[in-house]
Amino acid sequence: MLELILDKYNYWVVVALMLFGLYIVISRGNLVKKLVGLNVFQTSVFLFYISLAKAEGGTAPILTGETELFSNPLPHVLILTAIVVGIATTALGLALVVRIRESYNTIEEDELEDLNIAVMKAEQSGSKGEAQ
Amino acid sequence: MIGAEHLPVLQVVGPLIAAPVCSLLRIRNLAWLFTLAVSIGAFLCSIHLLQTVMASGPLVYELGGWAAPLGIEYRVDASNGIVLLIISGISSIVLPFAKRSFEAEVPEKLHSLLYTAYLLCLTGLLGITATADAFNVFVFLEVSSLSTYVLVAAGASTDRRALTAAYNYLILGTVGATFFVIGIGLLYMATGSLNMADIANRLADIEETRTVDVAFAFVVVGLALKLALFPLHAWLPNAYTHAPSAVTAFLAATATKAAVYLMLRFSFTVFGTGSGLLAPMAGTVGIPLALAGMFAGSIAAIYQYNLKRMLAYSSVAQIGYMVLGFGFLSVTGVMATTLHLFNHALMKGALFMALGCVFFRVRSVNIGDLAGIGRQMPWTMSAIVVGGLSLIGVPLTVGFISKWYLIQAALEQEAWWIVALIVASSLLAVIYVWRVVETAYLKEPVPGRTVTEAPLSMLIPTWVLVGANLYFGIEADFTVSVARVAAEGLVGAMQ
Repeated sequence: MLELILDKYNYWVVVALMLFGLYIVISRGNLVKKLVGLNVFQTSVFLFYISLAKAEGGTAPILTGETELFSNPLPHVLILTAIVVGIATTALGLALVVRIRESYNTIEEDELEDLNIAVMKAEQSGSKGEAQ
Repeated sequence: MIGAEHLPVLQVVGPLIAAPVCSLLRIRNLAWLFTLAVSIGAFLCSIHLLQTVMASGPLVYELGGWAAPLGIEYRVDASNGIVLLIISGISSIVLPFAKRSFEAEVPEKLHSLLYTAYLLCLTGLLGITATADAFNVFVFLEVSSLSTYVLVAAGASTDRRALTAAYNYLILGTVGATFFVIGIGLLYMATGSLNMADIANRLADIEETRTVDVAFAFVVVGLALKLALFPLHAWLPNAYTHAPSAVTAFLAATATKAAVYLMLRFSFTVFGTGSGLLAPMAGTVGIPLALAGMFAGSIAAIYQYNLKRMLAYSSVAQIGYMVLGFGFLSVTGVMATTLHLFNHALMKGALFMALGCVFFRVRSVNIGDLAGIGRQMPWTMSAIVVGGLSLIGVPLTVGFISKWYLIQAALEQEAWWIVALIVASSLLAVIYVWRVVETAYLKEPVPGRTVTEAPLSMLIPTWVLVGANLYFGIEADFTVSVARVAAEGLVGAMQ
């Protein structure tokens, strides 16, 4: 059992980060903290790709003319793309948070929910009143 | 001269290159005209592609001349040819409508940027559909999703709730896409390849492993979030309700369809031979969730006072029909799914555009504000009635065609109770469509309010789609034959 944990420690780190990230996204009410959780979640995937590309004793994939053992470069390239996507998502998310703060004056999820529900209730009763 | 052999990639590259150019066009009419031209170009491309594919089999395009599996390839066959046609076609019909609609709902200085986001969204959706490279799918998925969040948030100038809707969509959409990319990573781990056909070949050669099964689970859950399968649909109603009308019409008709196509593609052509999980997952998870979605979506729709939200919940129910067809894992079932992809795009596109016309004049889509509007906006409301009949599945409309094949697929499996449930959930659609008809035609108009018919530039695109609803409901040979070839191709790949 201990061996299983030690041998695959990189994957355990990935799984732990993945769960922490998702937990933060679900449990925190602050919109910025949710984005931080989302980042942790995405980072766990980056680590996952990088650790599956690693060859034991391998070097960086640079052509030297000699035969060398090197790590698989493809997942690195892939995850570079995913990192860019992650940055774009974070930037867009933060921009939305700024706009939300401007128009609602709060970034706490439960307060936003209350404000939205109040608007909905007002609309609904107005809608019913006119329909009758 | 660029030859026809470049068409599979051109329709993705076109909007991609056009997007930054569009952001420089600061005159909004110019930006609109440019976007429309690019979109129609993509539409003509996809018509030509589908014709070629139906006549002479799948088209393969190697990017940069690098052959698969090392290079990225685009592959167009009947199943994605039809999805390409839906996406570019709906986009070309929505854009003429979008001009007046955006003018009424979005501040002028944002227009050229909005069209830029629209083009990026189009690029992403077409890219997802055309590519045969698993990681490429993720990149295009994110291109389309990120631009979609922007498009949804653009509704903030009429209702600030668009911002929270876009934020929640961003969180759930990113979680879905990240699940998907974890699945791709596990697949790469097991096979060392990213090309879909190559992965399928290699999976057939290796023994069934847990890695592949987990990869399948991650991909399916990720895509289920993107396509708003019933318990994972939470982002959809708010995003559709608060986005600008034209954006809702475009997204409702295309975005979830591309995700459903991906689900079919990955389940059959990628995992079909390699994961023993497909059949149990479709049978014990897919079908029950699809049925639950059909009822939960329709029942929730009945209780909505906001008609955009009502149609959004009805989309959740309609996605249930698509997943149900897929759940049967038979040629007829997948045929029904493909047909409903096409048909639902026509009806939801038409309905959301008609509601856009209502919003343009009344500035509200709450049911209480629509009393007696059938007499004031006859063309718009009759579009809603025809679209509603199509949602229910009345003969002579497209809704009937897809339900007919769905019921046949259920009968093939001798699942009588599913047939009964399909009919019962269609009856629920009668209730929410009738509520609208009753309010619009049988109630007295709101006193002191004069509303005139929506402008022609909005009515004509709406009625083009309504006409398509009727045309393809009567003359279904084309859609049925494409759906049959697509379904045979997909299900055939599994055996």
